[in-house]
Amino acid sequence: MSFITRGFTGRGRERDDRLPPGQTLVGDFPVLSAGPTPDIDTADWAFTIRTESGTEHSWNWDEFMALPIEDVTTDIHCVTHWSKLGTGWRGVSLDTLFADVDTELEYTMAHSYGGYTTNVPLDDLLDGKAWVAFEYDGEPLDPEHGGPARLLVPHLYFWKSAKWVRGLEMMADDEPGFWEQNGYHLRGDPWKEERYW
Amino acid sequence: MSGMPRPGWHVATVAATRRETPNATRIELDVDGWPGNEAGQHLDVRLTAPDGYTATRSYSIASSGEGSRVVLAVDKLPDGEVSPYLVDELRAGDRLEVHGPLGAFFIWRPAAVTDDARPVQLIAGGSGVVPLFAMAHAHAAAADPTPFRLLYSVRTPDDVYFASEWAALAAASAPLRLDLVYTRRTPDGWSAPPGRITRDALEAAAVPAAERPRVFVCGSTGFVERVADWLVELGHEPRDIRTERYGGT
Amino acid sequence: MTSHLDGNALAGPLADFFSFDITTATGRCKACGTVAELARAMVYVSGAGTVVRCATCDHVLAVLVDTGERAWIDLAGVSAIEVRR
Ligand SMILES: Cc1cc2nc3c(=O)[nH]c(=O)nc-3n(C[C@H](O)[C@H](O)[C@H](O)COP(=O)(O)OP(=O)(O)OC[C@H]3O[C@@H](n4cnc5c(N)ncnc54)[C@H](O)[C@@H]3O)c2cc1C
Ligand SMILES: [Zn+2]
Repeated sequence: MSFITRGFTGRGRERDDRLPPGQTLVGDFPVLSAGPTPDIDTADWAFTIRTESGTEHSWNWDEFMALPIEDVTTDIHCVTHWSKLGTGWRGVSLDTLFADVDTELEYTMAHSYGGYTTNVPLDDLLDGKAWVAFEYDGEPLDPEHGGPARLLVPHLYFWKSAKWVRGLEMMADDEPGFWEQNGYHLRGDPWKEERYW
Repeated sequence: MSGMPRPGWHVATVAATRRETPNATRIELDVDGWPGNEAGQHLDVRLTAPDGYTATRSYSIASSGEGSRVVLAVDKLPDGEVSPYLVDELRAGDRLEVHGPLGAFFIWRPAAVTDDARPVQLIAGGSGVVPLFAMAHAHAAAADPTPFRLLYSVRTPDDVYFASEWAALAAASAPLRLDLVYTRRTPDGWSAPPGRITRDALEAAAVPAAERPRVFVCGSTGFVERVADWLVELGHEPRDIRTERYGGT
Repeated sequence: MTSHLDGNALAGPLADFFSFDITTATGRCKACGTVAELARAMVYVSGAGTVVRCATCDHVLAVLVDTGERAWIDLAGVSAIEVRR
């Protein structure tokens, strides 16, 4: 379609050489919502890694906050074409969370409060590439953005950074999560523009 | 559903725009190939930027019936992407891509067609009055005997949409009663202080549940949610209530 | 803050997939068994896609992803859709 609407430019979008292909910069932090925002009290919160043997490694909020905490500054890229540069987070590295986890399996499914799921290969979570983040821009993560805690896997499209995360389940195969079942790419590398199947 | 005009993508030319309220614009479109529409339907507007970026939003249609003239009324959300363009930038002669007419659920047809003589209660918050105006207008045009009542919540007297049309509709032979609620400022000498609609005000101004009215509620999602919950508490059958949420809180 | 719309808003996005207005058709929620018109479902719209949820139990009834060139529609949360002619 070559139709152009006179005088319409859309909300501020800016190209920048530091951005992956097809992305533009935004100032605000758009919210992608696939459902109601779950209201999770940190008193009821837990994060659990479950392996093939049925072993569960679980942390409640206090235990989680007692783990080594890292400050992370990173760019984020949403599949809906917006990016933000130099965003600031605090969270626990997945390397820390996996330190005592014994698994032979190579894939994980992230599960969230509210039912959302997304699949991430274990390789993409380890070696300083991913966190469970509970602060954004110096403030506790707001429920709209996934608080109390969300996955942060900034080298993949942001739908992989599951909001309201409650755990990871080890999987033998790379099975699709919520968006991946409906057209989105299994891995989602923004530099390769892995948006859809 | 039989007899529904088929939706399609059309190019619309803006015939005229005019200030509807200090914060809203009425847009009259001539839509090439428009099949006509039912009262209460909407269309989707797609705007395309020079770099190919597109934004699509839904707008209710204030007009109904045959012909290629389609009337919209759009409220400006200050930080919105599409509504400020439609309200402040669009002018006569501009062309828009529209998809419609859409929706066969939130519509009203004359009693002569539906054989349903039950009264109709319309409830609007702000720009949510647009499809209900189409219904009230179609009701008057058909000289339909169904009792209509409209409860309309607006910020101030200046924010009433279709202000010059309501009196004529109320004076038409088709029975229509209009009740206004002002949330920020009332006209001088108004009996109630400004404030959000309450459950009691709703009960007092709406056709009682015992008469089994068909109810159409339209406005921001928060408004519709509150009103729909109260209607059920007041004894209205959920299946008699039809809602059109516009988004927002 | 974004919030949900009614199933009515699906009439446009789904017009390309069905030859009639699907929003007046009734569907049965696989999770709770509620039978209701699609127009009464809750619709969450975002740039990634449109998610349709049961108004009674929040369960995902349908997901629509549309890129302009390609589109996916998933009705896996609905056990059947009844269309009246
Ligand atoms: C079926 C249907 C019919 C509609 N008919 C009309 C109509 O006749 N007239 C009309 O003016 N609008 C109507 N709307 C709303 C319209 O589609 C847009 O949502 C609205 O114009 C805002 O678009 P925007 O691009 O300016 O704002 P966006 O850029 O989409 O949003 C800007 C901000 O405003 C919030 N927001 C979005 N919608 C609303 C809202 N309705 N109220 C309060 N805050 C909101 C957003 O969450 C966001 O924070 C209708 C919506 C639907 C679903
Ligand atoms: Zn259900």
